[in-house]
Amino acid sequence: MGYDLQMKVWRGDATGGELVDYTVPVEEGEVVLDALHRIQATQSGDLAVRWNCKAGKCGSCSTEINGKPRLACMTRLSTFEDGETVTVTPLRAFPVIRDLVTDVSYNYKVAETIPAFAPEPRPADGAYRMQQVDVERGQEFRKCIECFLCQTVCHVIRDHEENKPQFSGPRFFLRYAELEMHPLDTNDRRQLAREQAGIGLCNITKCCTEVCPEGIHITDNAIIPMKERVVDRSFDPVTWLGRKIFRRDQLEEAQVPQSRAE
Amino acid sequence: MAEIERHRFDVLVVGAGGAGLRAAIAAHDAGAKVGIVCKSLLGKAHTVMAEGGIAAAMANVWKEDNWQVHFRDTMRGGKMLNHWRMAQLHAQEAPDRVRELEEWGALFDRTPDGLISQRDFGGHRYARLAHVGDRTGLELIRTLQQRAVALGIEVFMECTITKLVKGDGRIAGAFGYWRESGRFIAFDAPSVVLATGGIGKSYKVTSNSWEYTGDGHALALEAGASLVNMEFVQFHPTGMVWPPSVKGILVTESVRGDGGVLRNSEGRRFMFDYIPEFFKAETADSEDEADRWYEDKTNNRRPPELLPRDEVARAINAEVKAGRGSPHGGVFLDIASRRSPEYVRRRLPSMYHQFKELADVDITAEPMEVGPTCHYVMGGVAVDPDTGESAVQGLYAAGEVAGGMHGANRLGGNSLSDLLVFGRRTGLNAAYAAARLRRRPEVGDDDIRAASEHALAPFGIEGGENPYAVQQDLQEVMHNLVGIIRTADEMEQALTDLAGLWERITRLSVEGHRQYNPGWHLALDLHNMLRVSECIARAALERTESRGGHTRDDYPATDDSWGRVNLHCRIDGDGVGITPEPLPQMPDELRELFN
Repeated sequence: MGYDLQMKVWRGDATGGELVDYTVPVEEGEVVLDALHRIQATQSGDLAVRWNCKAGKCGSCSTEINGKPRLACMTRLSTFEDGETVTVTPLRAFPVIRDLVTDVSYNYKVAETIPAFAPEPRPADGAYRMQQVDVERGQEFRKCIECFLCQTVCHVIRDHEENKPQFSGPRFFLRYAELEMHPLDTNDRRQLAREQAGIGLCNITKCCTEVCPEGIHITDNAIIPMKERVVDRSFDPVTWLGRKIFRRDQLEEAQVPQSRAE
Repeated sequence: MAEIERHRFDVLVVGAGGAGLRAAIAAHDAGAKVGIVCKSLLGKAHTVMAEGGIAAAMANVWKEDNWQVHFRDTMRGGKMLNHWRMAQLHAQEAPDRVRELEEWGALFDRTPDGLISQRDFGGHRYARLAHVGDRTGLELIRTLQQRAVALGIEVFMECTITKLVKGDGRIAGAFGYWRESGRFIAFDAPSVVLATGGIGKSYKVTSNSWEYTGDGHALALEAGASLVNMEFVQFHPTGMVWPPSVKGILVTESVRGDGGVLRNSEGRRFMFDYIPEFFKAETADSEDEADRWYEDKTNNRRPPELLPRDEVARAINAEVKAGRGSPHGGVFLDIASRRSPEYVRRRLPSMYHQFKELADVDITAEPMEVGPTCHYVMGGVAVDPDTGESAVQGLYAAGEVAGGMHGANRLGGNSLSDLLVFGRRTGLNAAYAAARLRRRPEVGDDDIRAASEHALAPFGIEGGENPYAVQQDLQEVMHNLVGIIRTADEMEQALTDLAGLWERITRLSVEGHRQYNPGWHLALDLHNMLRVSECIARAALERTESRGGHTRDDYPATDDSWGRVNLHCRIDGDGVGITPEPLPQMPDELRELFN
């Protein structure tokens, strides 16, 4: 039950490029990544596209398909209309290296600035104890496969390169939230989340949640609770007054944890 | 020639999956300057595909469990061909390696009293796998990745090593290229740890990613090390079989560990018909007993669906051959009729998601169709069990690329613990050895020149062979002739075909230029794929018996005399030679565990 699929694939590099037309024979049950692989094998051996697991578990094959950020390995061809042209372009928020491969190093640089997990000491018998219900909150966030679709779709940086230095993006708000809600973590990252990660710039349009291939409730379960915790710390009038009167913000325990980038 | 980018490290780790990251962390902790090189982005390595869990006798669920039981299970699962010392160290050290992950931020599922929960898996006597739903590999790699980043270890992402360089008769460093730019890079390092994973991309139906081209196996071989047990390739019994585009993608053994059963087209739980003599005493012979076992392990024996993977894969193969398969050439894996939808979604979220998204199958309501898929190579670089060092001084191997630990067949869950235990050991020892070394050899200009010329060769040929076509042909050869069931005729044919492919890869052409060019990358990987394929075919032809992951139609019985022999592959002229060597013998106090 094979048929010919019409595709437009962006080809080019940092200096520019264009959409190139391809007619690709495809089979029932295939995904966009299969079609790209067939182009590589039979038409353009040098077509650049990242991929690894081909099962939606590694987050490598992130592209924009008909304008929507998606994993190419999880986008079934049967989801398109008969005769519909499938257009594949690189992630827009990141600089193109070649064809569908972009320079995602921004994300790895942000990751370096987040202070590491700092657990409380082990109990005498060596075994940490946590309840399932408590680990499940963090587990939802740790389902993240780092496909960076939430990053590319986020309007704070999608068309505003200038915001990148002071904005970590949804993927890393998730990381802050995960550490903040970890039953064993001893750090207080709320000040960092505001000042370094720029969580205040997020105005909860939920685009990140919408494109997350893991179905993580990024906005509702991570960003909003983090914003609330940040607000609690920074703007509660009683604590604010306490800080000012007793100069608590200059005490050692009020200092934010060290991050590697500092 | 033009100057190329160079770096100096005490320890260079090749590969950033579980073993590579754990080795790098250990070497860093031992005071070494460490660099990690990986073919993909950090955090994408094949470890993310591991689903079920990490085997470790922590005794959180069953007090009766301890390292001796785990050791015994591992040796029996490997059909007693494992290196006893590796199996011992693995069983002893795995629990500490799991606890350490927790200290670095991993969030494992819990028991009701708050400890790390452990689940049942094939071949393990007790529920022993520490897990996070069915995405344990992702948790493991993310935890190690975040730890490595926090320690400030330097990572060279999307960079491929094509050559190990020696000097003064030992390792001096490595040579490779940046995938992004195609530019070359050289590393001076007296200790190199190979953690490159496996070889599955040489097979047509596989659960492995594009990275699994046997790079470390081939690099070690060509540097003078030997590969051991290469005839043993694990076909995981349950891969997806439909639709065609996902054929081979893994369906975790946890489905069976959590109560799923295998049925043929007649609805029969056929595994009861395939219980081998070796496991009869510990396997249930009725459905009632098998079902009771999940709740009461003391008075019941384990279900045959949880026999080691080689047994289950062969049984599925036989059922399909006998005409009792499912519509798309597999068998049925059914958890829908045995567990509640809530239970399935909670315990197996990524399986639920995978089948829903890719096959339109709701696993809480209908059975899955599954069949064997090439999953893991037991064979690998022969190493010293305690240090991980190969026969080449300064060259180490850990994880799937190392051989010996799993013998003829690996138990599920033992790979993640293997990565952690031996990743740490090799990292520490690689660091100590580098610190002890008085004089470090340098990577020579001649070596760099030769490696550059070799890497650029495919650009110099017009109108030659298409690397994608050669890869496809190689996958056909290995799948059809050196697959799950083997015979001498077919393997001799495979060796003839491989010789033809060797000839074809001297005439590869690639289009375009050096910047992020997958055609060129594949052209270079093909060399490694052919090397390991030849090792597998030659060793498999030599071993005239059936054992674990190696099944001979012409020698169906397990032969005790072969149980005392390991086959080693080494470079011999242009090809690969096989030498039988005696299996290391375990001390009496361990032998007693098997009485």
